[in-house]
Amino acid sequence: MTKPVQPLPAAKVLEQQFLDIRCRLLDVAATMDRIGRGDGVTQLKDDHRLEKIKKGLSVLLDGSSSKAEQIQKLFSLEYDASWEIPKPRY
Amino acid sequence: MNYIDPHIHMISRVTDDYHRMAQCGCVAISEPAFWAGFDRGSAAGFRDYFHHLTEIEPKRAAQFGIRHFSWLCINAKEAENVSLSREVISLIPEYLNKPNVLGIGEIGLNKNTRNEAIIFQEHLDLAAKTNELVLIHTPHLEDKLKGTRMIIDMLKNDTRVVPARVCVDHVEEHTVRFALDNGFWCGMTLYPTTKCTPARAADIIEMVGTDRIMVNSAGDWGKSDPLAVPEFMLEMRRRGHPESVIQKIVFENPVAFFRQSSRWHEPFTLLNDRK
Repeated sequence: MTKPVQPLPAAKVLEQQFLDIRCRLLDVAATMDRIGRGDGVTQLKDDHRLEKIKKGLSVLLDGSSSKAEQIQKLFSLEYDASWEIPKPRY
Repeated sequence: MNYIDPHIHMISRVTDDYHRMAQCGCVAISEPAFWAGFDRGSAAGFRDYFHHLTEIEPKRAAQFGIRHFSWLCINAKEAENVSLSREVISLIPEYLNKPNVLGIGEIGLNKNTRNEAIIFQEHLDLAAKTNELVLIHTPHLEDKLKGTRMIIDMLKNDTRVVPARVCVDHVEEHTVRFALDNGFWCGMTLYPTTKCTPARAADIIEMVGTDRIMVNSAGDWGKSDPLAVPEFMLEMRRRGHPESVIQKIVFENPVAFFRQSSRWHEPFTLLNDRK
């Protein structure tokens, strides 16, 4: 096992990425505004994709770690462990 | 620093890309067989493709001092057609003795269907019989987590599979540990929108370490960057990671995995070749 690869100190990451995060937040905000201004927005009230986006945004606000992994799982289909595995031909 | 792009579809790229990759330090690439953007109508189409991968592309790469290696299979998307897949799998053995072939790949799942799983297993049967390395494509987006787990299930169910001879590609935050914890190699693909960014790949390295992991561009006919591996190297440098760590991920790890194939040749620069 190799030594862990240490991330930058937290303050340094924030300093380096602050404007980038601000830019990406604005991008998401502007896209949500664009959806809101579009014709037929009321028909999207129960759209599962918008629901997932909202849940994804709530992951950003809670105090948990591994946020990227949580959001990946949120956008993933369910796995069924009892699926029928093909048999190898020995 | 020299680097290897362990997964790129050069058949879809222009010659200038080879030039720029060489300028950035690329000394070797490996090109898995993949979907051409349309379903091919016959096994003869795959014969021509395998000829291209094993004869034509290595010559184009050699002009820039880049060693070209390849992997052969019928990809997961076309594997839905079981009879065509079986015909293509029966063609593969005649190409396995070509000097640049590293193994069977990129096999895997696309929409996680029964037919895809059957053909995946039949590729594993061929790899076991011919003692080949295996390179695995994991599905995109919402299918990835489920498909990766199904692939790991099939690999673990086959007692002939040696995890150290298998690379599970396109891992992301939610799948990387399934590959590593079961003893497999893994690849992170730096691809716009649907896979990892260089920054997220660097984050994953910081979380799981540098053992049995590599990065690739998967550059192809879609919007993609054949210089994505150098972008990752730059991101790692920006974060102050030592050159030795970067070199392990972009050069030493692919070499360690590929070296298990009897047809691997060590990459040399043009200068070393002249010596």
